[in-house]
Amino acid sequence: MTRRRLAVLSLVPILLATGCAGVGSKSSGGGDSSGKSGSTWSGTPSGKLNIMGFGGEDEVAQARISAFQKAYPDVSVTHNKGDFDAQQFLTALASGNPPDLVYIDRNLIGTYAAKGALQPLSDCVSGQQVDTGQYRPAAMRSVTYKDKPYGIPEFYIVSVDLVDAKTVKAAGLTVDDIQTKDWAALKATSAKLYEGSGSKIKRIGYDPKLPDSFPLWAAINGAEIVKADGSPNLNDPKAVEALDFALGLVKDQGGWGNFKAFRDSYDIFGEKNPLTVGSIAAFPMENWYVNVLRDSRKAGLQLGAAPILGRDGKPVSTLGGQAWAIPKGAKNPKAACAWAKTMTTTDTWMKAAEARMATVKKDGSFFTGLFTANKQADDQIREKYLTKAPDAGFEQAIQAFYATLDSAKALNPSPAGAEIDAAWKSGVARALGGQSAKAALDQAQKEAQAAYSKVSGG
Amino acid sequence: MSRHESRGGWWFIAPWIVGFLVFTAGPMVVSLVLSFTDYSLVGQSHAVGLENYRDLWSDPRVRTSLANTFTYAAMFVPLGTAVALGLAMLLQRVGRMAGFFRTAFYLPVMTPAVAAGAMFLLLLNGQRGLVNEVLGWVGIDGPNWTTDPAWLKPSLAVVSLWTVGGSIVIYLAALHNVPRQLHEAAMLDGAGPVRRFWHITLPMISGALFFTVITHTIAAMQMFDQAYTMFYGPQQKATASDESLVYMVYLFQNAFQFFKMGFASSMAWLLFVIILLITALQFRIGNRFVYYEGESR
Repeated sequence: MTRRRLAVLSLVPILLATGCAGVGSKSSGGGDSSGKSGSTWSGTPSGKLNIMGFGGEDEVAQARISAFQKAYPDVSVTHNKGDFDAQQFLTALASGNPPDLVYIDRNLIGTYAAKGALQPLSDCVSGQQVDTGQYRPAAMRSVTYKDKPYGIPEFYIVSVDLVDAKTVKAAGLTVDDIQTKDWAALKATSAKLYEGSGSKIKRIGYDPKLPDSFPLWAAINGAEIVKADGSPNLNDPKAVEALDFALGLVKDQGGWGNFKAFRDSYDIFGEKNPLTVGSIAAFPMENWYVNVLRDSRKAGLQLGAAPILGRDGKPVSTLGGQAWAIPKGAKNPKAACAWAKTMTTTDTWMKAAEARMATVKKDGSFFTGLFTANKQADDQIREKYLTKAPDAGFEQAIQAFYATLDSAKALNPSPAGAEIDAAWKSGVARALGGQSAKAALDQAQKEAQAAYSKVSGG
Repeated sequence: MSRHESRGGWWFIAPWIVGFLVFTAGPMVVSLVLSFTDYSLVGQSHAVGLENYRDLWSDPRVRTSLANTFTYAAMFVPLGTAVALGLAMLLQRVGRMAGFFRTAFYLPVMTPAVAAGAMFLLLLNGQRGLVNEVLGWVGIDGPNWTTDPAWLKPSLAVVSLWTVGGSIVIYLAALHNVPRQLHEAAMLDGAGPVRRFWHITLPMISGALFFTVITHTIAAMQMFDQAYTMFYGPQQKATASDESLVYMVYLFQNAFQFFKMGFASSMAWLLFVIILLITALQFRIGNRFVYYEGESR
């Protein structure tokens, strides 16, 4: 064998090795401070508070950060200003250097709690005297695992159908025609609003927002894709029927490949957002988006909104949002708990609303509401700051979101939440790719059930 | 080589050896140990014997992701090799501005994969992307590159061409080393450009080709960045089709989304063995065709 051959051969194991590098880690977890009580949680906090996953750059966040710093001047706060990153969090945890507090999607709480990545906050609640009664029950339920709270809920994200009223009117329809109760009528409305030729789409009529909104469609049809005990229920016949209907809407409007490519081309946050430029007539959308759309009135947006109704006629909405959670091994849980409490109390939210109003006034715009998991705060903010919007469509949208708050429901927390989430998303993606709704959800259920059985020991 | 020289050599490569042992070989050994545990990144791990390896066979998504990865590799390796060689041959003919073009073709290698992935998502958009716009000028109705499940792997292979600059540099060096007199002699014998390419150029650069085929194959089997950015990023993850699930993405999901670091480690070792076998096969086959300068047969 020549030297050159030897040289080439010698490179192979190095190149191969990179395939396995990066997944190794130490075989023990971080420190354990769970179960600590008494002075660990009660009293006035001090020292350093390291937060992960919290951007906190807008005035609503800044006002609340200031409120905390004013209340607890002895706590030095650092936060990484990035979104929650599971890899970053888990590796920090595994290396025994977790943050003191993490800002995390509420739908992940069940999984992280079941794995022991988070501490139960019962002692935090009693130690810092957190009034959990001020939070909406649905939000509290989404952070509760095995009857213990693992997070303090923050924002409250609900959905209604947002409508391009101009397009709807031009098609001889009204905003009321955008409804989810009568599926045959919705199908006809969507077909009437759709515009396209061949594979080219010019406008989507009604976007069911698959795959993300599959839980919403299941709820509209009366199905819960995660049972109260946390087990998956993805192939519930009502969920299958709902997916089948939503798939039909996509199929009727150019098919998934064209539909998604068209949707991917939206400038969702810009002046040329799809509702303003007439790329979409209606779709389920979350409450924060109304604030984004405010400036589009100048560009000609005529907004409309309709509540999402179940087939039984009752209002339906999925529920999302973040929570503050304290990781296992957090070095300053007292400060973390004080932060979670302070950021979500009624007084602090009022300060945040005040800051938002100042920005609104400065911009010459109007207030579109602040939707928090704190019901008392929401009621007070609404009463004190919410005035009638200068635009009938925006007023309709704001009122529709407020009307949805009490009926919104989150997915039930599950120890296999992440796997269930991945299974239904993958299943719906397969159905969008051509598999039947039943086959796709049967497979998803099988995968999710296997994961659930494994983590629950069932 | 004297003992003194030998010692000097070891000192020179010592930083690399230390780096390899600490950052590559060490984690590999640890991941091998973890592959026999239920390590979840949180809390204590327990030995589970061969359970993770048994799960490799029973998990249908392992098979799906492996099949996707093989398909992608089968597309990218020949395509990447052909495109890099074609561009290298064109660059070889450039007289003035050669330095500029070499730099220009190599620059994409320096671009972060995430940025490239995001850019290609826009370019390859089936409805409003520039690529289909240009294809439309010549009457071609381009596909939905990034949303049609049938086109996900081909589009990933096309996007990966963005980084063939490294191979171009290797081929350029190899092409410069092909003795000019061989071409002149063949031309005198009446050989045209195609025959000279097949019978002189290709055999003379076969060593470089062989090396890049191996490295392309290993890189393709470990594809992660672009697939993750294009199909599993924050905006895309909910719509990702199984057709785009490459092996490393599934490994990452198991490790950091499903808390199955032990299983992910067994996946890493399965990939290691697969790549090892493919590489051994490539050596077995490749050595019949590769010309090593100075080698006597």
